[in-house]
Amino acid sequence: MCETCGCDDPTAAPRLTSFPADAGEAGRSGHDHPHEHPPADADADADDRTLRLEQRVLAKNDDLARRTREWLAARNVLAVNLMSSPGSGKTTLLERTVRGLAEGWPLAVVEGDQESVRDAERIRAGGIPVVQINTGRGCHLDADMVDRALRVLEPPEDAVVFVENVGNLVCPALFDLGEGARVVLTSVTEGEDKPLKYPHMFAQADLVLLTKCDLVPFLAVDVDRSIGLIRRINPAADVLTLSALHLPAGSAGADAEPGLSAWYAWLRARRPRTDARRRTGA
Amino acid sequence: MHELAITQSVVDAIVERTGPARVNAVRLVIGRLSGVVPESIRFCFDLVTADTPLAGAALTIDEPAGRARCRRCGAEFVADDVLVLCGCGCADVAVDGGDDLRIASVGLVPAAEAS
Repeated sequence: MCETCGCDDPTAAPRLTSFPADAGEAGRSGHDHPHEHPPADADADADDRTLRLEQRVLAKNDDLARRTREWLAARNVLAVNLMSSPGSGKTTLLERTVRGLAEGWPLAVVEGDQESVRDAERIRAGGIPVVQINTGRGCHLDADMVDRALRVLEPPEDAVVFVENVGNLVCPALFDLGEGARVVLTSVTEGEDKPLKYPHMFAQADLVLLTKCDLVPFLAVDVDRSIGLIRRINPAADVLTLSALHLPAGSAGADAEPGLSAWYAWLRARRPRTDARRRTGA
Repeated sequence: MHELAITQSVVDAIVERTGPARVNAVRLVIGRLSGVVPESIRFCFDLVTADTPLAGAALTIDEPAGRARCRRCGAEFVADDVLVLCGCGCADVAVDGGDDLRIASVGLVPAAEAS
């Protein structure tokens, strides 16, 4: 039996594991249980054979996402939902991003994977508080999981919270998490046609990041054509090219990877303004 | 395979409304541009409804086509795919329908027959 809450199934998914920034050892682990009971139905009439519902299937998720959005807005927190196929470089970009931004901004991370706390450990090595969600058989994060993770994280005011979704170009597209920005990554090693094959994901992105661009000289990929296909699916999205691990070819001597600088600038423009930050210019 | 989670949401939402009343029919609306595959929902439905008041219910799925409008020439047309091109050759097309994902109605078994 679970010692935390007395329930019967300590392996129930999703599981949350918290890694506070200053924890000495593997963080506290737990899971909670929505013990919800159906309300007595006011509309149903047992003799009425057809009950019209006209209810959105994802109404519950979307309502919770709306409440999360309000909760984040009240704290001036920007939540960024990072989505891509497995191996596109979400965690590597996050490792690099928290190194690049942690001195200036309060940061926190929610990691989503089916199993393991590997990604959370990678991020925590950078001194950033992380909550790992393990979805078990689940193929995406939903608003309830993220709500629970945020309540464990308790991000400070003005924070930026990165939510790394489960690596999957299909399912996460459908679930609003209450985020303030949706960022889709696609790496140059995946080929040019991912937007055509997975249009739902790309169609709802605010920003598409073309990652691993340091590898372009070794591949038969045409970056301009890749960007053109992204724009064909989503003419409104911003598109940036970057390399989170190495400087791209031709930028030797540059102080910083220009794509990373553009990514930081994009995030900066998305952060809600506060009087305090306007004064300091941070 | 988000259809499993979607099907679970359908069942949860219905049971929340109808409580323990037995349900023998469910009608869903899944637009062709919704990103949800009706066949997968059918596949999951019996599995997810087992041991619930929906067990054995007949599932009907309406699949309305998408509607799209070209932002350049203003033409409106039917779209069964997110990747649509207007007849004028333009790809800047606004999709404004066919993304429904709704529970339209359920059929309830009268209490007298449910025993």
